[in-house]
Amino acid sequence: MRRDDILRDVRSALRRTGGQPVGEVPAARLRVQPADVESRLRQFCAALESLAGKAHCAASCAEAFAYASKLLAGGTAVASNAPFLNTCGIISLPGVRTGRFEEAHLRSLCASADLGITSADYAIAETGTLVILSSAEEARMISLLPPVHLAILPSDRILTSLDELFSILPYPAEKTSSTVLITGPSRTADIEMTLIRKVHGPGEVHVVIVKT
Amino acid sequence: MVMAEDLESRFRKTLADSDLQAAVYAGTGLLMQKRRAVVSPDVLPDYQELRDHARALKEHALANLDHYLEQFEGNVRAHGGKVVWCRDGDDVASFLVDLAREKNARLLVKSKSMTTEEIDLNEHLGRHGLEVVETDLGEFIVQLAKARPYHIVVPAMNMTRYDISDLFLRTLGVGPETVPENQTQIARAVLREKFLAADIGVSGANFLVADSGAVVLVTNEGNGRMSTTLPKVHVAIAGIEKIIPRAQDLPVFLKLLGRSATGQALTVYTSFLSGPRRPGEVDGPEEFYVVLLDNGRTRLLADESKRESLYCLRCGGCLNHCPVYRKIGGHNYPWVYSGPIGSVIGPLYRGLERDPWLPFASSLCGACAEVCPVKIDLPRLLLELRRDITDLKSRHGQEWQERSGFRAWAWVMKHPRIYEMLGKMGSFMLRPHASGHWLRRVPFVLNVGPLRAWLSERDLPPLPKRSFRELWRRRVKGRENHAAR
Repeated sequence: MRRDDILRDVRSALRRTGGQPVGEVPAARLRVQPADVESRLRQFCAALESLAGKAHCAASCAEAFAYASKLLAGGTAVASNAPFLNTCGIISLPGVRTGRFEEAHLRSLCASADLGITSADYAIAETGTLVILSSAEEARMISLLPPVHLAILPSDRILTSLDELFSILPYPAEKTSSTVLITGPSRTADIEMTLIRKVHGPGEVHVVIVKT
Repeated sequence: MVMAEDLESRFRKTLADSDLQAAVYAGTGLLMQKRRAVVSPDVLPDYQELRDHARALKEHALANLDHYLEQFEGNVRAHGGKVVWCRDGDDVASFLVDLAREKNARLLVKSKSMTTEEIDLNEHLGRHGLEVVETDLGEFIVQLAKARPYHIVVPAMNMTRYDISDLFLRTLGVGPETVPENQTQIARAVLREKFLAADIGVSGANFLVADSGAVVLVTNEGNGRMSTTLPKVHVAIAGIEKIIPRAQDLPVFLKLLGRSATGQALTVYTSFLSGPRRPGEVDGPEEFYVVLLDNGRTRLLADESKRESLYCLRCGGCLNHCPVYRKIGGHNYPWVYSGPIGSVIGPLYRGLERDPWLPFASSLCGACAEVCPVKIDLPRLLLELRRDITDLKSRHGQEWQERSGFRAWAWVMKHPRIYEMLGKMGSFMLRPHASGHWLRRVPFVLNVGPLRAWLSERDLPPLPKRSFRELWRRRVKGRENHAAR
């Protein structure tokens, strides 16, 4: 059996025996610097803007609604089932489709929509990153197939750094089969090292953060 | 080391191709500059600590690899995925062919993976009537051109927008289109169709996380997410050395990988995938496989002094900083892995006898080790390989010229009078060939065999009129005279 052959070779290369305990593991290196919400917010916006993303700080859900409405501008959108989008009233925007769709249906909606609207489980201030855990509330395709992605989340979900994310989420796989970190719009530099946005993922990423 | 003649002519051709030289020089130069901007102490004060830590983690993971592989396997299974162990490319291909048959699959989409390049997966599957489409823009271009990736991170670095325009016109029937933005949109449209129609998504893995049974993919374009979200089946193919112990170790590696590869603090998409979709999740694959590939790695693992070459994150940093890579480019290396890391792992994975010249094609300047995010001591590894290859050759009785040359040298060195006489003769014979401080040509008796090759790349000063021994004798004599007075 291949498995046992390969494991046997690995053990003989390392001069180890099956079930032998491991040596001392280097301690996890997670440095979390405390920062207040205001400075995290500022840092997040600056980081995302530097990557050609759009960050908007909203004082209320109504403001987030207005932002989404303006961005949609009569187009079509697919919104996830995230409760916070409901709180902001996004589902009542004309042109927005949402609900517990079958996969095939959701796929055809996402493939033709102008805009995908999600929330995010976390955001990372240092890098301008959105963190989305796949679930019944958040489908993966909504932040992937439409040409524009809008994420709306409350400000208390902004973490300082990657280190903080993994210190509060030490085992992402316990909760979901997919945790994705999104840092700005899809991009490439594969042709003559020229930076080009919108390759396979959305070419625009808008993040609205609602102050709580 | 005498190189095969055709190899040398290939190098000369590359050096004479000014468009190619400019493209590679500019491309690698830009990547160097971008990296430098994001690892400087004012923006990343703990860069060196991160490198040390990443190295320590890799060292630990590999020293206990059997444990972590089993832990990884257990966790993949616990999340409903399957682990497939493969010895080589044939194993991987036969697994995928069987899987495709079982699923009645025809079309596979693939996100960028050097490991699948290593085993020529596309060719293998193509022979079985399966269509495999590369979806990373650079890899897509390379696949259309029926070429091999030029660079680990920028596969089509050697091609200009005009080359790509011609290629798209010839293979896709679109164009001519020479604007990179529009070329990208052409590829997007073609590939979008493929993503939506694909039966199986194939990916590589930047990391395998043992405590989670997770595959981590780092991409910029979104093709990694597409390939692992839309098809019903996801197959990740990874070398066994990609294991890291914990999810909590990821920040260290992610901070280093993006910066070293493309000068990004974090790439656009980082996917942490473990198992097929869970109950309640709307999308994502229904089946999840991780192929653990050996392909020479266990053999290398046993060689303790060279084990560190398995720490490589495939960031491409050593290629960008290598004066040899920057001149001869990626296609003159005999395998998919080029640059300093390719010169080390090529011979180690495939056997020393295969391309024995490779570890010698380096100036040992050490730039690669300076920039390696996991501090692989590449110059030391190159030197050790040189020694191993030389040992191997002398065991096989090759290089008789070199051996008899050194024997003659040893004999001369043990006979001082003859040594001195030859020195005088040399000084006399070479003097007419000197101009200024250097010898410009050598007498025809010396211009033969390996000596000619050696001399053709080196400038020598002429032998001085008086040898050191002569000067020393005079000095001693002078002193004696002085003392006698």
